[in-house]
Amino acid sequence: MDTSSVKNSAITRSELPLRVINSTPEAIAKAKSRVRRSFRQIRTETVFRQSLIIMGGFMVVLVLGILLTLIVKSVPSIKSLGIKYLWSGTWDPVHDIYGAAPFLVGTLVTSFLALIISIPFSLAVAIFLGEYYPKGWLPNFLKNAVELIAAVPSVIYGFWAVAVLVPIVRSLETHLGARQPIGNGILASSLILAVMVIPYAASLGRSMIQLTPSVLKEAAYGLGATRWEVIRSVILPYTKSGLFAGILLSLGRALGETMAVTMVIGNTSKMPSSIFDLGNTMASVIANEFVEADKPVYVSALMELGLVLFLVTVVINMIGKKIIDRFTND
Amino acid sequence: MEIRSVKYRIGKNYGFKALVMIFAFACVIPLLFILFFIVSKGITQINWHFLTKVPKPVGEPGGGIANALVGSILIVVIAAVIAIPIGILGGIYLSENRKGRLPYWSRICTDVLQGVPSIVIGIVAYFWIVKPFGFSALSGSIALAIMMLPIVVRSTEETLKLLPSSLQEAGFALGMPFHRVIFKIIIPVGTSGILSGVMLAVARISGETAPLLFTALGNNYLSWNIFGTMHSLPKLIYDYSTSAYDEWKNLAWGASFVLLLWVLLLNLLTKLITRKWKVQL
Repeated sequence: MDTSSVKNSAITRSELPLRVINSTPEAIAKAKSRVRRSFRQIRTETVFRQSLIIMGGFMVVLVLGILLTLIVKSVPSIKSLGIKYLWSGTWDPVHDIYGAAPFLVGTLVTSFLALIISIPFSLAVAIFLGEYYPKGWLPNFLKNAVELIAAVPSVIYGFWAVAVLVPIVRSLETHLGARQPIGNGILASSLILAVMVIPYAASLGRSMIQLTPSVLKEAAYGLGATRWEVIRSVILPYTKSGLFAGILLSLGRALGETMAVTMVIGNTSKMPSSIFDLGNTMASVIANEFVEADKPVYVSALMELGLVLFLVTVVINMIGKKIIDRFTND
Repeated sequence: MEIRSVKYRIGKNYGFKALVMIFAFACVIPLLFILFFIVSKGITQINWHFLTKVPKPVGEPGGGIANALVGSILIVVIAAVIAIPIGILGGIYLSENRKGRLPYWSRICTDVLQGVPSIVIGIVAYFWIVKPFGFSALSGSIALAIMMLPIVVRSTEETLKLLPSSLQEAGFALGMPFHRVIFKIIIPVGTSGILSGVMLAVARISGETAPLLFTALGNNYLSWNIFGTMHSLPKLIYDYSTSAYDEWKNLAWGASFVLLLWVLLLNLLTKLITRKWKVQL
């Protein structure tokens, strides 16, 4: 409902309603206070409306402020290191050599590996909850469990990974004959990330699959298709953009995830050469080195990493949201 | 399409169904594994001493997590006090103004903020608050409040959008001013939805570590001063989990258990609220 078309300032103020002019003094006083009260209400209303607008604007200011801070603080590094900062492969703050390539590679490799591992699982959850069993105690349990995966704090995942996952990966590496079976590294981080990002793609995929028009499914059943054929040739093609959006949102999460990765990835600034190697992601290098950064260029180089991380996650999330909007509006 | 026998197709159908079920329920395994591990390791640590004492120096047995517990509660409460009014008002603004340029951009910015990695908010909060005023628990609270905002805004907006406009119109028809319609009709009716959004947001920031790394820092002593440094549960877990000393590791296990319990409790409460009032989130 649109109430904003009535301008409060257009209402002129008169102290006294006409009907009480020739009345007793008490009636006049009562009428006056009543009028004053209603004008006070109108003033409060105007103030309230304005404060709502300020709050709406506050969100915009906040995001612009974050973006601006990141840009301003990374200007020294952009100026002195230039664009080759992004693909030069040596990170040596002691000698003032900054190249972000190892972290970019580390971030991309861990995130995509995690995504590849998690896709079958999140897709299975989405199909199971969206198509096979939308209701009942078993799917309810699964749904709550998957939501719980999203609720557990990332530092707890990290701690668990340090205590349980890393030894498992270490013995796996020994079996596979890796050069240095440490356990920490890109593989362990990808595994823990994979667990953490399952819920995002799964819950979105589930709601998308439920949006498939039943007419389409029934038509396919009417032609004699089995359930698997309906899923493969009706549901998946119909929902593929929505599923893709869910995977994008998972990717956004994986790229920005800090604590769990920081705790298991090993934190070396060398370019990783295999998935068993130690590495670093953009987020983990900021978490580890930001407090120690003593030179302005060092801080600025870390801020530039933050800026890259911010822009990448924003773009990914925006594309995901756009796809979802288009999908749900059709 | 090539023609296959019906038996083959039915077999494939069942095979696929089994595959989906196996993969779907395989997701639960790591979760149960983690929950079981944290609970079994952490529950033995919990006693009165653990909750009321501060960590002892290396080598001495005993010690507790009182400093982190107090810090976590204070930081989260202050963050909630900052974020809830702003978030609810922002949500009301977005639900009252569906069209227009500012609501459009405001909505986009809320989405953007929701996706910003926590570490980025941490470094930005460092430059905004810690650089001029020094490390303090308050700066940590502000960083967490920024993380909380979009969740509260979005849940408030979604809840209020679902309310029938006749509620509002009835209020206006009685001559109620706009702010009274909002505070006396809309918010009371939408309480459950807003509350569950707020609780989800609190649950989310309770376990957040990255923004606290550069803001609240840590403090090995019990501190009530929000303008000074303060420890928090997630930070304590992060610090002690990689330490070489078993006493500290045990503290971290206990702290993980407490944190996990708190987060799960909040999620459970949210579930109960949404079920009781049939809120759609």
